Amino acid sequence: MEIVKSFPLFNIVICLICGVLSSVLKPKQAKGLSLVLTGAAGAMNAAVLAWVAREGQYTYMMGHFPAPWGNEIRVGLLEAVLAVFFCSIMFLSVLGGEHYISLDIEESKGNLYFTMINLMLTSLLALIYTNDLFTAYVFVEINTIAAGALIMIRNNGHTLVAAAKYMIMSLIGSGLLLIGITILYDVTGHLLMVNIHSQVAALAASGEYQLPLTVTLGLMSAGLAIKSALFPFHTWLPDAYSYSVPSSAAILSSLVSKGYIFLLFKLFYRVFGFDFIVDHKTPNLLFFFGVAGMIAGSVMAIYQRDMRRMIAFSSVAQIGYIYMGIGLSVPMGTIAAVFHIMSHAASKSMLFLAAKGLSDVSGDSKDFSDLRGSGCRSRLAGAAFSVGAFSMVGIPLLAGFTSKVYFAEAALSASRGKMGIAMVALAISTILNAVYFIRAVITIYTPNEEAASMPENCHLPKTMAAALVCFIVLNVFLGTWSNVIEDAIRIGLSTFS
Amino acid sequence: MSRIRPDYEMTKWRRFQRFVNGEELPEDERKRQEFLHAAREKSARREEEQAAFFLRQKEERASFRKYWKEQERRELERALKERENWADTKGVKLFRRFYHAVSIIICISVIAVLLAVVAELPAFGSGGTPANGNEVAERYIVKGQEETGAVNIVTGMILDYRAFDTLGESHVLFIAACTVLILLRIDHGADGRPTQAKLEAEEDDRQFEPKNDRILQKTAFFLVPCIIIFGIYVILNGHISPGGGFSGGAIIGAGLILHLNAFGFRKTERFFTYRVFQTVTLCSLLFYSAAKCYSFYCGANHLESGIPLGTPGSILSSGLILPLNICVGCVVACTMYTFYAIFRKGGI
Repeated sequence: MEIVKSFPLFNIVICLICGVLSSVLKPKQAKGLSLVLTGAAGAMNAAVLAWVAREGQYTYMMGHFPAPWGNEIRVGLLEAVLAVFFCSIMFLSVLGGEHYISLDIEESKGNLYFTMINLMLTSLLALIYTNDLFTAYVFVEINTIAAGALIMIRNNGHTLVAAAKYMIMSLIGSGLLLIGITILYDVTGHLLMVNIHSQVAALAASGEYQLPLTVTLGLMSAGLAIKSALFPFHTWLPDAYSYSVPSSAAILSSLVSKGYIFLLFKLFYRVFGFDFIVDHKTPNLLFFFGVAGMIAGSVMAIYQRDMRRMIAFSSVAQIGYIYMGIGLSVPMGTIAAVFHIMSHAASKSMLFLAAKGLSDVSGDSKDFSDLRGSGCRSRLAGAAFSVGAFSMVGIPLLAGFTSKVYFAEAALSASRGKMGIAMVALAISTILNAVYFIRAVITIYTPNEEAASMPENCHLPKTMAAALVCFIVLNVFLGTWSNVIEDAIRIGLSTFS
Repeated sequence: MSRIRPDYEMTKWRRFQRFVNGEELPEDERKRQEFLHAAREKSARREEEQAAFFLRQKEERASFRKYWKEQERRELERALKERENWADTKGVKLFRRFYHAVSIIICISVIAVLLAVVAELPAFGSGGTPANGNEVAERYIVKGQEETGAVNIVTGMILDYRAFDTLGESHVLFIAACTVLILLRIDHGADGRPTQAKLEAEEDDRQFEPKNDRILQKTAFFLVPCIIIFGIYVILNGHISPGGGFSGGAIIGAGLILHLNAFGFRKTERFFTYRVFQTVTLCSLLFYSAAKCYSFYCGANHLESGIPLGTPGSILSSGLILPLNICVGCVVACTMYTFYAIFRKGGI
């Protein structure tokens, strides 16, 4: 067996080991270890991706016992693409924010931050690769605790409140997910996704246990929707994103919620089967909440005076887009949703880092009135913010535009009622996005006489500058080379279930 | 001519005469004058009084009007304020009531739905149900001992069949301990000296520490070794009898907490410091990850791991399960003790 096939296993275990090691290292060493680890994980996953693209998907036995008895991970094209992508976003977010991590966090606890980062990466990789529901739950636990720690490690009052809110909402989500898994295990007798799938199909055909299955589907979807901050459950999100360290905000917005959404994809495609889901009208519900989130998130973002809160509320809207894509219940909708996971992650983490860069040259204020002219003071951060904002609004050549095109394409192939609603919602949401993002861009480029004494073109930390340049390139790449990625997602999804 | 009395004019006769003649009496004139004067004065006074009264009334009315206006203004202001603060006062109340009602309704409906689901689920313990009669459970029961070397099938399942889950689970404990450390640990200052907060926490803790409680100390003196030995027994026999790393570790942790409560931090610090916590946790988890990585890799590539299973039932059997149980036990014990110490005074 080729060594490449073992890379996902090595990845997960090495991340665990590095997480534990970081807890005894000095913050500087832990930072270096974490960056090297994330880079190495990205490289290994890229090798896996290349292998999978050439040879096709495979399952990997975790131990001496084959799947229904032992654990198993499954490596397909979609998983590999997302793993590479998540690793690179993680790498860039940590790299871009590393300067501020040592500033905002107590010296003696700096290493624990990287413990959390490494374990977060482990849990994300495990969530992506797992083929077993209970394994997924275990790593959801790690993910939840690590996310809470990433929020509150910057120890001011706001982050503590935000972390408490996050923990309450997220644990409700975990609880619902766990209840769902137990009921599902009870009626199917399996935890392995493939076996559950066949059992669910058999039960659906025989008409047995219909109520438990329906309720399980509802509980698990609701749990994951809460955890990924779908619109009515988004209340924890603005505080958590706007007060935490910039790296944390970037990781939380672009990776943590996306990990859960990917788990939801797995549930829908690999556990229940999409026909079963459509029969139970779950996509309609998600579609409704997704559309509501698209509009409501944007409207709330318009009211914000604080730049990072505005970006956070924009996340609510973007999560709405993803759920709307799933809710269209056509193959293209799911492709668009997966693509939007990537384009949103690339833009949002860049926006959070750039916003930190901008507020850095404006006396560390996040308020729009102080940020006036900051784009001229720090040109790179201004450029990165503009690219991110344009991408979110949907200006051609950038990632956000492509995903909007895909959403529109998906809406055209959906049923007639959904088509109209989706198109109108897309249009309204795009206009609203433009209202607040273009306003923000205009604000940061409006010269400000009061701040004239501030130095022209302050230098960002070098690592952040490098990360921002990479993010800009990534955004343009996603926007222009989208068909390569779309093909990969399409093939990945076709072999997914 | 006769002389006229000086008071002739005032004599009765003269007065009568004048009365008859229709002349006015001088006294009357005076009286009249007096009367008129009095009347005039009276009327003047009355007028004055009236004027004063009117003035007063006017003033009163004005002040009343003013008061009334003030009152009205206040009323209006209050109303305006009320409307402004509606969301903070009545709105909150209303919202809270609404919130309570809705949350109760949601809870009750969720409970009802879950009860309905439980009623539909296969009965617990009955054979032939999906979870009870399939090939997974069958192989665990029939072949579990042979394949894992563990008499206790549960241990064989969590540490051999499904070791990946347990690997994650032990790291959940670790990450939870780290999170509590982040949240509650009070550190030394940058110069290496304890900060104010640290000193305060120590001071606070000293008040709660039982000082030389004889009964507690004597009891703990006998109990703690027994508890810890029992914990070690549960861990070491995890693959033979019910027990294992998680339960044994919890028992040892409880023993450590009892020791801390009886003898205080000073005595406990002799053998359990933050360094010990770090070393034990680090070694256990690293060994766990490395061992499992090796065994996963061998398993996936269909290689022999070369770890002997031994005879089921003896202590040194079942391959990696025993060392893994010890690792899990160490991590659980350390985590429990650390939780307690950190919640108590923000440090170990």
